[in-house]
Amino acid sequence: MKTIKVLAGATLALGMAAGAAKADEVRIGLMYTLSGPPAALGEQARDGFLLAVEKLGGQLGGLDANIFIIDDELQPDVAVTRARGLIERDDVHFVVGPIFSNVAQAIQRPIVESDRILISSNAGPSDLAGEQCHPNYFNTSYQNDQVHEVMGAVAEQRGYTRVFLMAPNYQAGRDSISGFKRHFTGEVVDEVYVPLGQLDFQGELARISAMQPDAVFTFMPGGMGINLVRQYSQAGLTDRVPFLSAFTVDETNLPAQQADALGMYSGTTWTPDMDTPGNAEFVAAFEEAYGRVPAMYAMQAYDTAMLLDAAIASLDGDLSDLEAVREALRNADFQSLRGEFSFNTNQHPIQNFVLAQVNQREDGLFQTEYVETIFENYGDVYAELCSME
Amino acid sequence: MYTTLIAVQTLNGLQLGIILFLIAAGLTLVFGVMDFINLAHGVQYMVGAYFAFTFTALTGSFTLGLLLALPAALIVGLILEVLVFRHLYDRDHLEQVLATFGIILFLNQGVKVVWGASPLYVPVPELLQGSIQIFEGFFYPIYRLAIIGAGLGVAALLYFLVSYTRAGMLVRAGATNARMVSALGIDIRRLFMVVFGFGAMLAGFAGAMVAPILSVEPGMGDNLLILAFVVIVIGGIGSIRGAFIAALLIGLVDTLGRGFATDILRLVMDPSAASQTGRAIAPMLIYILMALVLIFRPSGLFPVKR
Amino acid sequence: MQQSAPAKPASETAPAAPATLSAAPRFRAAHVAVPFLLFTLFAILPAFAQFGAEGYILSLVMRVMIFAIAAMSLDLILGYGAMVSFGHAAFIGIGAYGAGILMRHTVDDFFIQLGAALGASALFALATGALSLRTKGVYFIMITLAFGQMGFFFFVSLAAYGGDDGMTLRTTPQIFGQDWLAHRHFLYYLIFACMLGVYFLLRAIVRSRFGRVLRGAKENPVRMQAIGFSPYRFQLAAYVIAGTICGLAGFLLAHQTEFIAPAFMTWQRSGELIVMVVLGGMGTLHGAIIGAAAFLILEEMLSRITQDWKLIFGPFLVLVALFARGGIMGFLRRWGLK
Repeated sequence: MKTIKVLAGATLALGMAAGAAKADEVRIGLMYTLSGPPAALGEQARDGFLLAVEKLGGQLGGLDANIFIIDDELQPDVAVTRARGLIERDDVHFVVGPIFSNVAQAIQRPIVESDRILISSNAGPSDLAGEQCHPNYFNTSYQNDQVHEVMGAVAEQRGYTRVFLMAPNYQAGRDSISGFKRHFTGEVVDEVYVPLGQLDFQGELARISAMQPDAVFTFMPGGMGINLVRQYSQAGLTDRVPFLSAFTVDETNLPAQQADALGMYSGTTWTPDMDTPGNAEFVAAFEEAYGRVPAMYAMQAYDTAMLLDAAIASLDGDLSDLEAVREALRNADFQSLRGEFSFNTNQHPIQNFVLAQVNQREDGLFQTEYVETIFENYGDVYAELCSME
Repeated sequence: MYTTLIAVQTLNGLQLGIILFLIAAGLTLVFGVMDFINLAHGVQYMVGAYFAFTFTALTGSFTLGLLLALPAALIVGLILEVLVFRHLYDRDHLEQVLATFGIILFLNQGVKVVWGASPLYVPVPELLQGSIQIFEGFFYPIYRLAIIGAGLGVAALLYFLVSYTRAGMLVRAGATNARMVSALGIDIRRLFMVVFGFGAMLAGFAGAMVAPILSVEPGMGDNLLILAFVVIVIGGIGSIRGAFIAALLIGLVDTLGRGFATDILRLVMDPSAASQTGRAIAPMLIYILMALVLIFRPSGLFPVKR
Repeated sequence: MQQSAPAKPASETAPAAPATLSAAPRFRAAHVAVPFLLFTLFAILPAFAQFGAEGYILSLVMRVMIFAIAAMSLDLILGYGAMVSFGHAAFIGIGAYGAGILMRHTVDDFFIQLGAALGASALFALATGALSLRTKGVYFIMITLAFGQMGFFFFVSLAAYGGDDGMTLRTTPQIFGQDWLAHRHFLYYLIFACMLGVYFLLRAIVRSRFGRVLRGAKENPVRMQAIGFSPYRFQLAAYVIAGTICGLAGFLLAHQTEFIAPAFMTWQRSGELIVMVVLGGMGTLHGAIIGAAAFLILEEMLSRITQDWKLIFGPFLVLVALFARGGIMGFLRRWGLK
């Protein structure tokens, strides 16, 4: 019976706010995937955000930043409960995150309908950019299709006529293939969907080897991307068939891919070597603090913190009027590490998209490097479906 | 072209099967001899890969790394045996599940704390780099052939140990009737410890072998654990021979199914429907196979006689 | 759990084994007091929750109750019938999709959705149970895993309903044309009522003749057959009941999270359900509720303390397995709660 009392006490204690909310602080919930294999992505984002706050002296727009870091465990139902905790227990003004689209779709409604603002610093599912857009929902990364569209445009520009497509068999995988095809008019020699979590790509590589396409396009996030890239290189295909990808060779994966990824291409909005204001300082500070090269996830979270900083400063720290806060976010004047950045009508970015290639730096570390800009001031196609109610 | 594609895919399937066998062999022994459900077998595979990473980095040689990873994996296995498993042999299966589930959580998080969340890189040993041409236009990585070879070697060694040594005889007897072995005055605790340590080492060996081709990351053993259970159940629990055949079967069905399900369905459906169904069915194939085997042979293909 | 394997009939080694008739008086207090306290606690919690982060506490406790329903349904077959299902989360998914798919097609009547969710779960349980029950012990564990995985991959491939990403439920279902479910206190007490109903239904079932046959089939299948009972029919009936109830849990989960995804039905989830039942204490029903509560609340509390909470939670499970035979209920029982 004691246990039950303890249990009851604990239940209530869980629900109590950690301390009395202070008026002169801004409370932010960071919700990222911090356990399981994709934790590397979540940690990049978390660290990027914290780095920005540290640089700003622990403040955002003049208010002390009180940050709650939450693991969504990549489970939508767990995430929904924890998002409610952020809103009602911690009384946060903003939720920043998540990494994955399914979590974003699950937590968007509970957050925006509680009159809080959700800023997705990575996930960009089409629903939330289009029909389900909401004034309280912002996105500072990209719409999921866009990065794949970049690679379709690259294949088109380079005159490839026969391309082999490969993606994991789930929603984001299917979206990536349709995104690629939006700008590619050549022949798709084969479209392969592999089960999520597949370890071994020898079968697919044998097929590529047999079909001899002009290029391969793939979207293979996380550990799958590491396995594919290493096996692709070990099979001796890198020189024979150009490897176009999205979220497959990036700074979270490169430490495990190393030289196997050399020369492979990726579509992105940013690279660590890009010559934009503040970028070199950011990369140096991140490497100094965390001992690894920052990836896109870190950059986007850093940008999100800077966006919040600018918006809160323009309000003189007054977060009481929700409409004013939204307006301030939409018009925030901050310098993105990507260069040009503004919000579209669906509160998703209008920005440049670039082609990047893996290279080895002089200090021996690997990173993606800028090759050329593919789209300038590019917004997503779902904005026209978004009516903001 | 099609026949050669099938041949290469078959080779791939064999290789996956071999890796599965290395993991499943230890699992089926522990299960068969001690009647112990060890969910933590998958994290032992992961730990093997992490050790291979560390020792390879320290010594600069994959061979040395591999050789050092084996005793390290053995020690981790023995520590777990002494601290936890030993006290659960005569318990209900489900309490074993609870404890080993706890160990999975602990070790998955533990490697993250020690080695970081980012996946790690283990280089392919210099001697085994590159590919050789097997067929016209088809290259197969040498290292993968080495995995197949090593796996077959281990299988042969196991076969010899189990069939022709005294320890092997005890293991076989233990799988059939552990009480009887114990009644004959054999120190059953020592036998269990040896079998357990050996199983952990085999899983660690598998982890170390795949480290250069798969990403070394926290939780890498979880899905393979399930596949290994599928293998030992199809093969018949406690049967090394069953595990070997089932592992190859699963490797082949999974690889060939993924490679050709859509093509086969295209013969009877229109292309878009075939592609839809093929994608849905391919990942289910091994589970369908397992269900079918169990429906018609409820104790697996090679049941150990009890 | 082959009969001749290093044998350990559950009744000998596990104190959590169902109270047999002779032992019943000793356990009666625990069987009345603990559930009574639990239910009182759940019933009055909303009154206290308003002093804290109300929505969050309610949301967490609703989750606890939903998983308690799922865990109790598993306890029926696992704790009383020795049928360890490693694919039980499939029913959570089927129940959830039963609600979600109809919602997508603008069928928003609560009772139609509920009927569809339960019906689909029952059918799936009947089909897979009929096949699975041909096997025993570990082979049963694995064949249920197989069916669970097939269900998982099936929903992953349903691109029209969000595939792997799942989909958001944008509206709440109507009860008699009313929007009552949108009020969270209504939803809370609806889930509470379901949990209560499931508890008493299952309690009645395990105490009935049917329940005795089920336990008999677990402890001594040969004797049951000898005295003229075919355990197969009873076990199948129990499996279908458990699957249907778990479908109810999935249905409630869909409306509580307003979201459905294949992530609800992974094999890890099935494993967690088993852990909840064993953690609380098998074969007691209220043990399943305590197990679900302990699992989810500890997870929530520990993850607030440190991001590496699994370093604490993992060893905790190991310690329970090593030292608290019969889970938390077994532990309580030895500490004088009789």
